Parts: sequence; C-alpha cells; structure tokens
Amino acid sequence: MNGGAEYLREQRRWHWAEIVFWLLVPAAWFVFPGYLVLGTQILIAALFALSLDLVMGYAGIVTLGHAAFFGIGAYTAGKLGQQGWTEPLSGLFIAAAAAAFIAALTARLVCRGNDLSRLMITLGLGMLLYEVANKAASLTGGLDGMLDIVIAPLFGTFEFDMWGRTAYVYSAVCLFLGFLLARHLVRQPFGLALHAVRLNPLRSGAIGIDNTRALSRIYILSAAMAGVAGGLLAQTNQFVAIDVLSFQRSADVATMLIIGGLGQLYGGLVGATGFLVAQDSLAAVNPVYWQFWLGLVLILVVLFVRGGVVAVVRRMAQRLGRRMQRRQP
Amino acid sequence: MSPASTAMQSADAATSPPAAGASARVVLETRKLCLSFGALQVTRNVDFQLRAGERHALIGSNGAGKSTLVNLLAGALQPQSGDILLEGERINKLAPFQRVRRGLVRTFQITALFGEMTPLDSVALAVCQANGAGLSFVGASAAHAGAVDEAAEILRTVGLLEHARDETRFMAYGHQRLLEIALALACRPRVLLLDEPAAGVPMAESRRLFQTLAELPDELTILLIEHDMKLVFQFASRISVLAEGALLAQGTPQEIARDERVRQSYLGHSHA
Amino acid sequence: MLINGIAVLLDGFAYGALLFLMSVGLSITLGLMGFVNLAHMAIAMLGGYALISGMSMLGWSFFPALLLAIVLTSLFGVVLERGLFRFVYGAPPLAQVLLTVGALFMIAAAATYIWGPGLQAVTIPEFLQGRLRIGPFGFSRYRLFLLVVGLAVLVLLQLGMVRTRFGAMVRASVDDQDVARSLGIPVDRVFMGAFAVGSALAALGGALSVQAMGLDTSFGLKYLVLALLIVVLGGAGSIMGTFLSSMLIGIVIIAGAYYVPAMGAFIIYLVMIVVLTLRPTGLRSVRRRHP
Repeated sequence: MNGGAEYLREQRRWHWAEIVFWLLVPAAWFVFPGYLVLGTQILIAALFALSLDLVMGYAGIVTLGHAAFFGIGAYTAGKLGQQGWTEPLSGLFIAAAAAAFIAALTARLVCRGNDLSRLMITLGLGMLLYEVANKAASLTGGLDGMLDIVIAPLFGTFEFDMWGRTAYVYSAVCLFLGFLLARHLVRQPFGLALHAVRLNPLRSGAIGIDNTRALSRIYILSAAMAGVAGGLLAQTNQFVAIDVLSFQRSADVATMLIIGGLGQLYGGLVGATGFLVAQDSLAAVNPVYWQFWLGLVLILVVLFVRGGVVAVVRRMAQRLGRRMQRRQP
Repeated sequence: MSPASTAMQSADAATSPPAAGASARVVLETRKLCLSFGALQVTRNVDFQLRAGERHALIGSNGAGKSTLVNLLAGALQPQSGDILLEGERINKLAPFQRVRRGLVRTFQITALFGEMTPLDSVALAVCQANGAGLSFVGASAAHAGAVDEAAEILRTVGLLEHARDETRFMAYGHQRLLEIALALACRPRVLLLDEPAAGVPMAESRRLFQTLAELPDELTILLIEHDMKLVFQFASRISVLAEGALLAQGTPQEIARDERVRQSYLGHSHA
Repeated sequence: MLINGIAVLLDGFAYGALLFLMSVGLSITLGLMGFVNLAHMAIAMLGGYALISGMSMLGWSFFPALLLAIVLTSLFGVVLERGLFRFVYGAPPLAQVLLTVGALFMIAAAATYIWGPGLQAVTIPEFLQGRLRIGPFGFSRYRLFLLVVGLAVLVLLQLGMVRTRFGAMVRASVDDQDVARSLGIPVDRVFMGAFAVGSALAALGGALSVQAMGLDTSFGLKYLVLALLIVVLGGAGSIMGTFLSSMLIGIVIIAGAYYVPAMGAFIIYLVMIVVLTLRPTGLRSVRRRHP
C-alpha cells in the first residue's frame, strides 16, 4: 500500500477559505490605511492567541499565565531597544529565546501533575513575574512602563512610521510564518502525539509516547511564539506597559481563543479580530460595561457555542454543502 | 497455519499447541511480587515466568488479581516489594512508556483508545513512535508516509481497513477491541499482554478477534487474560491460575484441567 | 524583638483565619465535585459589600448587618450554583475555568457599577477596637476576634462533618460520588448545601476582611490566587488541611511583609512553586481520583 504519501498530501492541502482569509490580511492594508495601528494590535494578539491554542487547544494544558511569556518577550525586546540594540529582527529572535528559556526551566513543573496544579503553577508563575517586574522598577520601569525604546528601520530601509505601515507588514509576516509553523506541526507525528496525549494520556503512554516530553516541547515552542508576539508589541509600540504580564492579559487571550474556538488554528485569529474590534469600539465608552459584557460573552460561549466561532462556521458550511449536494439532480 | 489455528477449527480442545520447551529462555518474570491496597493484599508473592514464544493464559475468578498483575507488569502500578524482569533486566523503575520501548506492550480490558482520532492516525502514530519518530516535526514527512502505509497494513491484518478513516468513538465495540490489538501490534512488541481482548464482544465479532489472535506471529510471546475457557484451552500452551492474588497452579492445559484444586474452583466439570 | 515576633505571629494567624474562612468553601466544592470555582473570592467580596451596604444604607449595626450579609450572599451563591455552575460539572476543566472567570468579571463589573471602584471602609463595634492588654503584651482586639471566629468555625465544621448526617453525606460524596449516589445519597442536594455553606463562610470572611485588608472591586481577583494556593496546598476537600495551609500562608505573608518588605508578594509565589514542585498533590489530599 502506498497511499500514505497521498493521504498526507490530502491533509496538507489548503482549503480555499484559508486562502481567502490570508488574502484579507494584505487587503486590509490597502482598504483601511487609517486603522493600521489597530490592525497591528490584532495581528500581534492573533499570534499570541495562536501560541495559546498550541498549548491549550492541542496539548490540553490549561494555563492562565501565558502572558508571562508574552511579557518576557516584550520586556526583552524593549530592553534591547532601550540599551542600543536596535536591530528589530535579531531583537525579536532574542525575545523568543528568552521566553523559551524560562519555559524550559518551568516545563517540568507545568507538564507534570494534574490540571489543578498546572492551573495553579501557571497562574502563580504569571503573578510572580508581574511582581518581579513591579519591584525591579529600575530594570523594567515598574508601573510606569519601559520607555525610550528605539528600534532601527527594518532591513535598514523601512522605518517604523506613525501610521503603522511598516509595523503592520512586519507583524503580518511574523504571524503568517508562525501560522505556517503551527499548521505544519499539527499535521506531523508530533501533532498526532499531542492530540493523543490530550485525548488519553494513559493510552499514549501505552504506545510508548513520553507524555511529559511531548508537552514540554510544545510548551517551550508556544512560549517562544508568545515571546515573539510580545517582542512585536514592544518594537512596534516602542513602549512596554506592565500589563503585558497581567492576569487580565492572560484571561483576554484565553477569551479570544475560546470565542474563536480551540484546536482549530484559526480560532485564535478569528477570536483576536473580533475581540479587539469590539474592544476598540466599546471599551472606550465605558470600561466597566466592557468587563461585564466580556464576562457574559465568555459564559455564553462556554455554555452554548461548542468549539467556538470557527467550529460553528465549519458545521454550517458542512450542512450547506450537504444541502446543495442533495439539490443537484 | 499455526497449530493454534488448527485447534480453533475443532470444537474439541483435544489438541493444544506444543508447550514451549523448558529450555526456551525466560523473557518476562516476576519474583516475589507483592502489592496491597490498604489491608487488601491483591498480589501475594507471585513468582511468574513467561518463556519465549509461549502462548500463556492467565485465568482466575473475578478479583483474583489478574488485571492487577498485568498493570504491575506494564508499569501502571508499582509493587510494594518484589522484582519484575524483562529479558533479565530489572524494570521496576521504568515508566510504562519506557517498557513499551523495550518491547513490553499491553492492551486494556476497558477499551482505552483515542476517541476523536481515526484508527489510521492512531496506529500510524504508534508506528511512528516505534520508529523513534513519535515527537518529530522536522523532515518527518517521508517517515510519516511510511508509517501510514504500515498502519494500513496492520489494520488490514486485523480486518479493520474499511473503517480506517472512521472516528474511533463511533466504531462498533468489537471493532474497537480489534483496534486495541492493532495499536499494540504497531508498537513492535516482543512480549504482548492481552487483558481480556474479547471482553464484552458479541459472538459474531469475536470470531474475527480469535482469528487475529491465532494468526499472531510465533516469535511473539503472549500473555493472555481470558475468561472464555474454550478460547483458553485452544490458544494457550501454558496456563497460570491466580486465586486471591497468589499463583494457585501453573502448567500445560492438560495438567491444569486435571488439577483438583483448579477444577473445583473454576472449571466446573465441562472440561473433564 | 520577642514582642514584635509575637505580634507578627498573631497578625499572621488572624490573617490566616480570614483566609481560612474564605477558602474553605472553595476546598469543599473542589473536593466534592472537582469543580474549579474561580468566582469564589468574588462571592467573598460580595459579602464585604453587603456588610457595608447593610450598615450604611439600612443603618444596621455591625453584627446584624454581618448576619444579613452572610445570608444574602449565601443565597446568591446558591442561585449562581443552581442557575449557572451546575451546567459545567461534567465539562472539561477549561470550560469550568472560563465560565467561572466570566462570572468573576461580571460580578466585579457589577460591583464597580453599584459601589464604585474606590476603597471601602467599615466601622467596627467599640469593643472590637483598640488593644487588649495581657501582662506586658498588647494584642489587637480585632485580630483576636478574627482568630476566635476562625477557630470556632473550624471546630464547628469538623463537628459538622463528623457528627451530623449531612456531614457524613458530604464525606461520602467526596470519597466516591458514584458509590454515594448508588447508596441513595442525593449528591446534587448535598452539593447545593455545601455550596451554600461555603458561600456563607466566604461572605463572613469577606465581610470581616474589610476592616483588616480593605475592600475594593479588585478583591475577587487579588485573593483568588491565594485561595487557590491554599486549597492546593491543603488538599482539596480537607477542612483541616485548608486550615493548616491558611495559617501557614498567613504567617508567611505577614512575616514576609514585616521582615523582608522589599520582596512583597513575590515571596508567596515562590513558596507556592517550591511546595508544588515537591508535593504536586498538596499537603493533605482527601479526594481520591477514580483509577
């Protein structure tokens, strides 16, 4: 039987809806030139949500502290820019490495143990880092945030301008590359292994998979991705506020992901877009209302929307497809 | 056709496969294995040997400690005292996944599968892992494709090929039991522990299961927990009887059938 | 030095008593149903706001207002449980976490809307103010009061668990839900009752902490991590475990704030990580997972 290669090729094929989705990203650059700053924020949040999808949606690690890696990336990239290392790409790389390093140190803790201790540890680590950043004000700027970050033009030519044009393209490319990596990964044996560990850790061990190692690996990778997102934020804003490490940020990105749908790669992207667009329009009006409605939406999505928006769309599309098939003579 | 499957044809269990000679090496053994849950001693001083190429059945009434013994051998439970040796090497400290990598593979009495995955993906994953590429994502495409082919072949052997792309949780129970075996085979086992493979399987589907078991390669050492005495006497070359956590008797099927203690407790008189 | 040390210890115990009151409900619900209720501290927060409203709006004195706060909040907790939480009992932990976080956000937002975001204060009765002199030592009366309340609740809970029929049903349900159900124990009602008690105690703790720690709408989140830590350390479902870990945490925080103020909240997270690394199941785990 040689169907193996064909089977895999079929799985890797790009659906037309995906292509349309990714064409929208550069399209927005042309259609909404006045909203590129918001657009960049969406792209960065989407990358962050994607990283969370890898740990929560695919590996099943419940974490409310993923902002820790986002923040580490942000502060690292910010610090480099502040201290004279202004080249953006290498700064981003180092930010990712820093986040991955911290993840590697804590991976054992997080990937062992049951759900509750994992929740605790990730929550606690997040809060710990927040406190550290708060106390080490000389290093991080504390509650005031990190200022005086200077980022050199990308490739020496593209300056980070006020309208966010360079920032948008920069972030879009990073997001796309991150997405390609994630998409590739979940279709490889590693992706299958993660799925198996999440579905039945007893059984995955019984077929020889080292659960802890599998989870550690994705955790570190996801942390690096979150670190890139944080680094992008620091570089495009040229400012880092302490809220990059806050629980609120971890909760927000989890919300984006649950609304969009876990384990489907596009969930985080769709959720981030919806969340930030809504937040941009509504939160400015009244932050208290925003928190209230956010809580409500969260509850409603958990109760009624199985698999988030992406899953709902997919199911509707399937039903539509079947109905159209029946109509054909 | 192996002697075991010839035996399957006849309703009578008059012939059973030749016992592995005493000179065959011991691949898996326990020495004075003990485990208690509180005051209840579930495994008492079990000295058990499994020889190369054997078809060894483990029988006993419910609660005798059969599944516990398999869990101890596989590493899901830790003994309080005693040793477990695989090919002469003490494996007490090894986690289940490490034992699998050394060729000690088990199936589960209560079906434990990857519900939302397809049989093809599940078995392909096991094959990848057996090839050492379970966690790979860099340049693994060729290996992955090969694993899918091998998985399809294994599924064909157990008769599951037409269901290869179904979602596991929607499959018929009998097919799920077959998938249990397919998964175990994909791990390239040298010693296979089958925990009641036909449990809860309706008559119609269990024939396929028995056939698959009979066609398993001769070099594979198999320990089988089973309640169906007909299957046991047709399949096994050696039987161990467990009672209240301790080994009551060990021997060839004929010896066990003649053993007074065993006859009184478990066999009734239908196998006189 | 000794006097300071004893004062710090008392302070720590008092703080621990407050934490115990607020966390024991979380421990029971987690041990009983495996339900992660991240909105628990928001309920405690509501107890504090109810006390303040009772005293300022209704003009009641401290203890009647306290009683009212406990009753109302407990009622709210039960409504929340029956109306919302029970729908995710069997769901994966992520669903429970996000649902209760949503509830937390809604409660915090509503509290900000009703009472404003500012820090609240309360006037405690005269006999609880000031210090009590015992020989050369002077102890804060309110701290002593907190300690007494905490110990009293501990004793009552332990007696309740061991001596009453309800307590027996709770213990059975924590031990093995399925077996308890098959024995005819109305596990759902048991849980509702346990939730009511847990919410009532949380409200008591929240109300009493207004004087000790101040109250604003960030309370629900701020103390959530502490509560979770206490429950994980003490072992879900164990009252004594929760008490011991509350005391431990209380002392560590107060002592840390006193002797090493530069570290701040840092120290508690460090302690948590150390303990969880060594003992992932906490100090005393009661809930037995199904094999």
